[in-house]
Amino acid sequence: MKVTLTVNGSDRSGDVEPRVLLVDFLRTNLRLTGTHVGCDTSSCGACTVLIEGEPVKSCTVLAVQATGRSITTVEGLAQGANLSPIQIGFHEEHGLQCGFCTPGMMLVGTSLLERNPNPTEDEIRWAISGNICRCTGYMNIVKAIKHAAMLREAATATTREKAGAAPGGQ
Amino acid sequence: MATEVHMHGRIGESIKRKEDGRFIRGKGNYLDDIELPGMLHMAILRSPHAHARISSVDTAAASGMPGVIAVVTGELMAQHKLAWMPTLSYDTQAVLATDKVRFQGQEVAAVIAESKYQAEDARDAIMVDYDVLPAVISPQQAKEAGAALIRDDKENQKDNHIYHWEAGDQETTKAAFAKADKVVRLHTFYPRCHPAPLETCGCIADVNGATGKATIYMTSQAPHAIRTVFALVTGLPEQNIRVISPDIGGGFGNKVPVYPGYVVATAASLLIGRPVKWVEDRTENLISTGFARDFHMTGDLAVDKDGKMLALRVHLDSDNGAFFADAQPTKFKAGLFHIVTGSYDIPTAHVTADGYYTNKAPGGVAYRCSFRVTEASYLIERLVTNAAIELGMDQAEFRMKNFIQPEQFPYHSATGWVYDSGDYPKAMNVALEQLGYDELRKDVKARRKKGEVTGIGIASFTEVVGAGHGAEFDILGLRMFDSAELRVHPTGKAILRMGTKSQGQGHETTFAQIVTEELGIPAADVAVEEGDTDTAPYGLGTYASRSTPVAGAATAMVARKLRDKGRKIAAHLLEAAEEDLEWESGRFYVKGSPDKAKTIQEIAFAAYTNIPDGMEAGLEGVHYYDPPNMTYPFGTYAVVIDIDKGTGQVKVRRVVAVDDCGVRINPMIVEGQIHGGLAEGYGIAFMELITFDPEGNCIGSNFIDYLLPTAWETPRFELGETVTPSPHHPLGAKGVGESPTVGSPAAYVNAVMDALAPYGVTNIDMPVTSDKVWAALRAAGVNE
Amino acid sequence: MFPAAFDYRAPTSLDETLSVLKQHGEAAKVMAGGQSLIPLLKLRFSRPELVVDIARLPGLNTIRRDDGHLAIGALVRHVDIAGSKELAKTAPMMVEAANWIADPLVRNRGTLVGSVCHADPAGDWGSVMLALSAEIVARSAASERVLHSSDFFKGPFETALKAEEVATEVRIPVRKGPSGGAYLKLERRVGDFATVAVAVQVELDGDKVASCGIGLTAVGPHNIKATEAERSLDGKEPTDQVIAEAARLAAEAAEPKDDLRGSAAYKKDVVRVFVQRGLKTAIARAKEVKA
Repeated sequence: MKVTLTVNGSDRSGDVEPRVLLVDFLRTNLRLTGTHVGCDTSSCGACTVLIEGEPVKSCTVLAVQATGRSITTVEGLAQGANLSPIQIGFHEEHGLQCGFCTPGMMLVGTSLLERNPNPTEDEIRWAISGNICRCTGYMNIVKAIKHAAMLREAATATTREKAGAAPGGQ
Repeated sequence: MATEVHMHGRIGESIKRKEDGRFIRGKGNYLDDIELPGMLHMAILRSPHAHARISSVDTAAASGMPGVIAVVTGELMAQHKLAWMPTLSYDTQAVLATDKVRFQGQEVAAVIAESKYQAEDARDAIMVDYDVLPAVISPQQAKEAGAALIRDDKENQKDNHIYHWEAGDQETTKAAFAKADKVVRLHTFYPRCHPAPLETCGCIADVNGATGKATIYMTSQAPHAIRTVFALVTGLPEQNIRVISPDIGGGFGNKVPVYPGYVVATAASLLIGRPVKWVEDRTENLISTGFARDFHMTGDLAVDKDGKMLALRVHLDSDNGAFFADAQPTKFKAGLFHIVTGSYDIPTAHVTADGYYTNKAPGGVAYRCSFRVTEASYLIERLVTNAAIELGMDQAEFRMKNFIQPEQFPYHSATGWVYDSGDYPKAMNVALEQLGYDELRKDVKARRKKGEVTGIGIASFTEVVGAGHGAEFDILGLRMFDSAELRVHPTGKAILRMGTKSQGQGHETTFAQIVTEELGIPAADVAVEEGDTDTAPYGLGTYASRSTPVAGAATAMVARKLRDKGRKIAAHLLEAAEEDLEWESGRFYVKGSPDKAKTIQEIAFAAYTNIPDGMEAGLEGVHYYDPPNMTYPFGTYAVVIDIDKGTGQVKVRRVVAVDDCGVRINPMIVEGQIHGGLAEGYGIAFMELITFDPEGNCIGSNFIDYLLPTAWETPRFELGETVTPSPHHPLGAKGVGESPTVGSPAAYVNAVMDALAPYGVTNIDMPVTSDKVWAALRAAGVNE
Repeated sequence: MFPAAFDYRAPTSLDETLSVLKQHGEAAKVMAGGQSLIPLLKLRFSRPELVVDIARLPGLNTIRRDDGHLAIGALVRHVDIAGSKELAKTAPMMVEAANWIADPLVRNRGTLVGSVCHADPAGDWGSVMLALSAEIVARSAASERVLHSSDFFKGPFETALKAEEVATEVRIPVRKGPSGGAYLKLERRVGDFATVAVAVQVELDGDKVASCGIGLTAVGPHNIKATEAERSLDGKEPTDQVIAEAARLAAEAAEPKDDLRGSAAYKKDVVRVFVQRGLKTAIARAKEVKA
């Protein structure tokens, strides 16, 4: 079956059996190997991608279901050489060790901050509760997402200033 | 003035990790990310039964399915003398079963196909007839008269007993018990759990028929040892085997052993002449690869009326599964379990252990633990808490009273260990203060008055990590040294290659920092490479918290070798005598004339361009470090919990963890390691469990049943530290990765037992699940 | 771990869907979000010849207020329910329950109706439907049926739905009097299937209970409606004693089995504890609404 979708802003397509999982389509057909497989049972979130900005487990989505949808994978987080706030946050706060869960965690974090730019620790922990990390004990992942929130806020403030709408101005 | 050297990344500095860049971009290179031209995929058919005789394997239908290249059976492997392989504990293990299957999930046949979907389709079409035999699922069953004989393949094996092992002194222990005022006993089962790294195990075997070279990409924590084992198993010449461990998605011990899948994939690639990839799914990982623990332990602690410990006696029955495949040093059949006297000055001890075959998966690996130290630490720390409760003493006070004192180091333990250094009372005091122990004790009292069920648990563990030295510790005869090769290039940049293999521990950063400290080359200028046996020096690998104690020491030593050569070159360049030169952070200068100096970068350039007559060119070296002793990290962990009387749910309110791992090279990385271990310890204490039904069916065979803690329930950890350097390590460092999994399970469970002590409850085995707590509460008449 | 091969159709109209189902019967499997079905396909526990993906059907992703009830379409996801202002007002217990379904990522794809039709005895929505006296609308090429939730669940993974039918929506009756609900779930770890869960909905008439719904999760072959317990509250002032009695009756209605999550006795007792707690919470919430 023909699958046509947008991945990280580019139109991509492929011909696959209906049973092919989205994660396999991304990894095998598109060679986007940053999306990982950790459990096969929809339990760990290593395969997390964003569909229309929402995090889902790509091991529990058929490639054909994603036809016509817009997908973001970890490879789509950076803009060229510029890392996104979430990537910087994970590096700065030592939010990763083996790196296997990291793409999923960063994508969930990205989606969370889009909806909730300044989440509490509980909100972060709840948002990432479908993603397992075996290395970090989650402490620094929480910090990493908070760090990203701070960077985003600073960037927004800068943009606002540039636009001439300085904070406090009427 | 001489050039100022930028010294970013010395020991003690929390520099950001050098390896992060590729991972945060999704550009890590894990095993399954590797795609070779013409690569085939392998799927393994596994036994649905725990114990059964194989009467036939019919591969006809599978062989004819789309995309199938070959179906490999035990019989085919036997024709190549590869149906069995040696284990790391001098036993044998079936690669593909020929006679019987001995555990559920055992490898029976394998399909090699063009795609992984096709391989799985064909696997379903292989027909195997089994005659089911009774399953043995515990040591207790294994030793019963008339129990099914599991290893009937072994000529002299008449029962299911594997080994008997002892440490300490039976006579003096017996005498001490005779004089005791009180003996406290704890029988506890440390259940089977699994390291469950997020990336499963796998390999790609690429045997080149033209050159005879076998390149095997493998998720291995110990690539060099694997290469040697492969040479011995397959008969391939060792120089023709190249094992490459790419980026590894967590190991925790699971990726130390040799698994049948590696051997089958290699044989298949050899026969077919194309690369063969095999990647486990999660169920395969949980039901067939190296599990952990499964120790049934009984400890007796003899104390006098003043609460002084007199003697310790321990017996354990170990459930080793169908093949004795524990990954551990040769001499020690129950690993380093005899560290069981822990942090206490116990004059005499006697430890006995018996291992048994059962119809369960083989390969007792240390799950984030230095060879069974976790079980030992759990037993003594649980026993000590129970003894304190029974004596009516405060848990902390009882520990303080019996700690090995700082002036007793090096301390010779009753079971033969020589502890290198420690200050246990100090770590305890820091932990109690950080927790606010005295206030909390009052608070617990007040809450209990209101009917709440709440408690505080303490564990003061002592670890033993960093094996060797080599005379005492070996794996299959390979001495447990480790290595580092350092090459400083003419421009002053360097590459460090090591025999270890990071699985997330941050070696690329930590070991670069050792070079920075010793040679003054900024960490950013030091590339660290591991995991390719064609390029890295031979080493035993990364497990048992041994990388920093052993390979870290090797790195310091090789850097010092180069510094010594650098001194000669500097003397030549500065036209000074060597003994007139002083070393300081990255440069040699002439005593009394700090302006007359040469930086390490200048020296490196000269090593290739301007060396004294008679000197070998270059600035390169290698060091194989055989540690004189183990290192003994320690600490005190304290946990506060609350119990829901209605449901039995335990909620962890606080965790304070004070670790002493000697000198910390990168404190950020050290803390990250501790966080991770505390979370895994939490999982072990409260949810992680591999168990079996009476037929030997594995329960805990996927992440729906084998529960790993999420961010939601994982406690928020409060860390503290003391620093007692190791006297024999060149940097004073000890290992740290495993301390938190060794120390924390007992702290969590002790907190629950403290909460339940007023109701007369003395033990709940892990995992401490809400139904067990509920049962204990209801039995004590506590209700909602 | 991959599914066995199957054919796939993604119809764009309900009529097309119903005719495909009529043609293929038992050989076809309807999929909405796929969060229950795809794991079964991967484990090869389910091997349908045809998967009918209804995700592209128009008009099924809405929460609509109709005559006396809320209609929740077959494509409304758990996350939509968790964020629904309408439900927060009219059936807040559903919002509470939605946050307990699986994990945040599964909630982004899984649907209420799909979950109800999957009829996992450990599923959360079944109990919520029973407590709320919800109805399920089943469409086939030939007819439309409205099934009451108490007639819907037949056994483990078994419902009154026929092979040629699609459940297009569930209907939640809108309460007239002050009402409140609670969903309590015991899980071994967040994201786990329930060890025990309890849905409680109470409608008050002055200080008395006008009506009450109690649904039980994971303590029987399917979600259980604790009818005796419900009736014991009818027309009564909910004193501690009355509540304790209802809780006792609910525990009696449970038929759990021993397993790794706990003994049958344990689960029954948790039903008792949760019904007791749930009733108190629901009543307090109903009183808040009144105030």
